[in-house]
Amino acid sequence: MATMAQATEEVSYLEAISQALDEEMARDERVFLMGEDIGMYGGAFKITEGFLQKYGEWRVLDTPLAESGFVGAAIGAAMMGLRPVVEMQFADFISCAFDQITEVAAKNHYRWGAAVPMVIRAPFGGGVHGGPFHSECPEGWFFHSPGLKLVAPSTPYDAKGLLKAAIRDPNPVIYFEHKFLYRRIKSVLPKEDFVVPLGKADVKRIGNDISVITYGAMVHLALEAAQTLADEGIDLEVVDLRTLIPFDKEAIYSSVRKTSKAILLHEDNKTGGIGAEIAALLAEDCFDCLDGPIVRIAPPDTPVPFSTPLEEVFLPKTSDIIAAARKLAAY
Amino acid sequence: MDVAVTAKEIKRDNLLQMYHYLRLTRALEDRITALYRQGRIVGGVYTSHGMEAIAVGYASALERDDIIAPFHRDMGAFLVRGFTPGEVLAQYLGKRTGPTKGKDGNVHMGDIRRGVFGFVSHLADNLPVAAGAALAFKIRGESRVVFAGTGDGGTSRGDFHEAMNLAAVRKLPVVFFCTNNQYAYSTPVRLQMAIPNVVDRAQAYGMPGDIVDGNDVAAVYLAAQHAIARARAGEGPTFLEFKTMRMHGHSEHDPAKYVPRELLEEWKKKDPILKAEQLLKQLGYGAEGYFQEVADRVKKEVEAGVEFAEQSPLPEGPEVLEGVFATRADSH
Repeated sequence: MATMAQATEEVSYLEAISQALDEEMARDERVFLMGEDIGMYGGAFKITEGFLQKYGEWRVLDTPLAESGFVGAAIGAAMMGLRPVVEMQFADFISCAFDQITEVAAKNHYRWGAAVPMVIRAPFGGGVHGGPFHSECPEGWFFHSPGLKLVAPSTPYDAKGLLKAAIRDPNPVIYFEHKFLYRRIKSVLPKEDFVVPLGKADVKRIGNDISVITYGAMVHLALEAAQTLADEGIDLEVVDLRTLIPFDKEAIYSSVRKTSKAILLHEDNKTGGIGAEIAALLAEDCFDCLDGPIVRIAPPDTPVPFSTPLEEVFLPKTSDIIAAARKLAAY
Repeated sequence: MDVAVTAKEIKRDNLLQMYHYLRLTRALEDRITALYRQGRIVGGVYTSHGMEAIAVGYASALERDDIIAPFHRDMGAFLVRGFTPGEVLAQYLGKRTGPTKGKDGNVHMGDIRRGVFGFVSHLADNLPVAAGAALAFKIRGESRVVFAGTGDGGTSRGDFHEAMNLAAVRKLPVVFFCTNNQYAYSTPVRLQMAIPNVVDRAQAYGMPGDIVDGNDVAAVYLAAQHAIARARAGEGPTFLEFKTMRMHGHSEHDPAKYVPRELLEEWKKKDPILKAEQLLKQLGYGAEGYFQEVADRVKKEVEAGVEFAEQSPLPEGPEVLEGVFATRADSH
């Protein structure tokens, strides 16, 4: 188990997730975990290492290899008053549970008033040489399914605070945790209990010239690009959505009204992605404040490829953001 | 086995009550069908005509705080759980007084407080959900049981198998059933599976199973009671195959010409209400006069329901936006 952070100790994104689970399980005995290899093995990424010993086999359940089955079971347990947190070993495997998520979990409250307070943790994203079945960003599928909340943190603080908020929310929440960030991003976290409320974006860098609206691992790319561009006198504002549904329209609008230029950056495929929706909203609601075209930076419409040179072309890069920002700055 | 002999294990009042619910189900669904033919009900109408004994039997064998995840031909389960004919008719008419307030139609209704999960059209979807409810009971050490079913067609879906396996591995307090009414829409069982009986599927999960005459309410009740007791005692899940016949089309718009007439004629003689009356007579619990009395009583109940439903308001258009998200977890 991840050790509790001292006030000065840096905590990784992965440890932050582990801490959130541990603290919520200790706080609320209704919280329990289900997933493949999460008990004895501690999870494919070791997020639940030691949990089985601490909480026992009826709060940390190793399940058969059956995503639809255990997501369905989580729905039933949630309706009976428990607070299940299920782990997809990789977000890619969530497709096996698509029906349970979109038809049962998402619609139950609307149809017959049954709340489904549950969390699905989905380790997503590329840059880890995972290939087509271990790198996907499937948030777009669920972005189009009313009744679900979607979360995608970029920092240890947000990872911990958003997971706690997700567990305490009375709705089904899919929590997209980025695998690339697990051990790469660290920070010092407050010792006391905190939550990051769902539905609130966070401006990770204040700037005046161009708004980069993004989430997940791409936040860090945008921040890197902003450093380079600052030397050229181009001042990026980086808006981290943090929650994809419900997303923070006001934060997006207020940033773009200030900068008058928008880059929508994500790691999910470009067509029909979250950037497409935000672009449409900006065109509908902020048309008169735009001083340049809305720019989308996202991977091409292909599966995530395995081989390094292919994946390098597939994933958005800092240089893509820099090039786009230079072009936009000229308007 | 002589059913009249084993049915003696069932209390007289329970049997009479089940007879009441058989008649109420038949009267209510016949009325719904009539309303549909008059064009007063829009959408699909899927009845349990000729299969009423299954839901009435198993729902009567459960305790009040047990959970039911019904099949879509289980009207009797709703009635046993206290859904009134008025509420049900309001649901069919899309009225605000129905259990889903017009958000969904026909048998797609549920109520956590009355322990009935809302039916999902994707057959077998509610079986893993049922296993999860049973898991919650097991985790909390409660002696509650879940009763969950699908049709013969539904047992072809992965969710059926994932649920059966999950429940067996963790010995969850759930009873799974299959209403084998021989047709999934137009597809006969022989094109659905290569085994003679659906119950054969249970073996693969290390789960005991039983074949039950689904048209005999006493047999259903006793088999359900046995499986429920097993689940409640911590011995794990059971699978019950209720053999019956779908006497109407898949939905009321479907004339079901693909079903041989002789098959329907044969099963007409096994009508569950007829069978229940024979049993009650044999046991000396009731005779023609009593049966007529019950028929008249449920008819009045249904007519009062029609009046309630027709007088109930429709939802207002803007209510479409309500309820996508829960503001609190209304859990039990």
